[in-house]
Amino acid sequence: MSQTSVLYDAPGPRAVRRARVGTAVALLAFLGLGVLVVLRLADRGQFDAELWNPWFNPSTDTFSQVWELVGKGLAATLIAAALAIVLSLVVGVLLGVARMMLGRVLRVPVVAWIELFRGLPVVVTIVFVWRALVELGIDVSVLPGEPALWYLVIGLTLYNSVIIAEILRAGVGSLPSGQREAALAVGLTNGQAMRSILLPQAFRVMLPALISQLVVVLKDTSLVAVIGLGYLELLRRGNLISQSLDNPIQSLLIIGTIFIVINYALSKLAEYVERRMGRASVSSAGGDEQVPAGQGA
Amino acid sequence: MEPVLDNLDLYWEGFLRSLSIIGWSLVGSLLLGTLIAAFRVSPVASLRAFGSAWVTVVRNCPLTIVLFFMAFGLPELGINTSFYVFGVAGLIIYTSAFVCEAIRSGINSVSAGQAEAARAIGLPFTQTLTQVVLPQALRATVPPLGSVQIAMFKNSAVVGAFGVGGDLWSAGQTLTSARGFAYIPVLTGVAIGYLVITLSAGALLAVIERKVAIAR
Repeated sequence: MSQTSVLYDAPGPRAVRRARVGTAVALLAFLGLGVLVVLRLADRGQFDAELWNPWFNPSTDTFSQVWELVGKGLAATLIAAALAIVLSLVVGVLLGVARMMLGRVLRVPVVAWIELFRGLPVVVTIVFVWRALVELGIDVSVLPGEPALWYLVIGLTLYNSVIIAEILRAGVGSLPSGQREAALAVGLTNGQAMRSILLPQAFRVMLPALISQLVVVLKDTSLVAVIGLGYLELLRRGNLISQSLDNPIQSLLIIGTIFIVINYALSKLAEYVERRMGRASVSSAGGDEQVPAGQGA
Repeated sequence: MEPVLDNLDLYWEGFLRSLSIIGWSLVGSLLLGTLIAAFRVSPVASLRAFGSAWVTVVRNCPLTIVLFFMAFGLPELGINTSFYVFGVAGLIIYTSAFVCEAIRSGINSVSAGQAEAARAIGLPFTQTLTQVVLPQALRATVPPLGSVQIAMFKNSAVVGAFGVGGDLWSAGQTLTSARGFAYIPVLTGVAIGYLVITLSAGALLAVIERKVAIAR
């Protein structure tokens, strides 16, 4: 309760009693709600074995098939997310450094680029990349893997690199100004100060925010399932499975759980890294830009 | 750019429809998010547990899955309504988790000494809350809440892509698939529509932030 101590005084015996009664009442209310939902599900036959067996009963002939497809989907999701985050990191650092190092005039196109892709919904960016590349006849099949993967990865990179550029800028902004001044005073050039003094420290501060961004990227890969891009990642596989098994609730529950477990583990990792660093992360260090950690789609 | 200029009325309708998705989701997510935040800071343990479970599950689940669950899961339970309602409800649920965290971080940003001082001069709980803690917490909540809501504005495009019909996204769909226009000009029009929304919201947020900023 230490977190909420700003709201309440240390509780006395009466407050403790009231809290206990409230806990019991609320618990009963939640239980009642839960029972209602379960009854409704049972009423609708959602607990029927044939809906769950393909997922949980190894003796059904679909079991191994279904999990193999999920495995493929998960691999596709992870590949797309990994490519997107690595590319975003590279492009994002370039953009961020360009924004910080270029002069007032040269900076304008970089700032415009960043504002443009930060303001666009990522789903629009992905579709735009896909359709525009096809329409312009630009062939991405020289790249390894299927074209659909690259439409997704390029779309995600356009959005996330811009976010990473802003995280980087906030990270450099959160460093004491004496760091840069000292670097310049000992005779380093602007570029050297950025490369060997500011960026290494900024990366350390950025790491938790970067991991949170990976959660966003993972979630955003599932956008292909609503735009009809033929990349068979986890959610799209899940939808295809649920269509052939005709069990949307069960299938979505499983696919959702997989996403939640991975993302939960990543956010815990981000928290752990942040604690280990013993410093405030970029987002709470109050750069002038607020970095929305972890929302995405 | 003819496909865009000739069909400005279609874009305009879509723009308004998108704004209505955004408007309902804004109100709904603020209400639901505030409720969950109240759960998360309440002295009642089971409400706190529910609040953190909600945030953990919803925040780590892609919006697309929430939407699929609304549109394909709920009908299995006999709940049938339009895709519009499903879409807006899904967006509200998804955004509420982030709203809750923004509000909670705002409350936590008020130092405990403020409330202790208020109690020390004899203010009762309600006055401590309404006169001392909340006014500061709400100001600290504005910037994160603003970015959460702008992200929601962008996510309204996902709801559109999901098939609400009649919104900015669907305007693009209609022009490209039904009327066979090229994608690049049509999607440029769609992108401009969303940019108008997000960039003006960003500018508005900057103004509000300056107004409520407190020197600490």
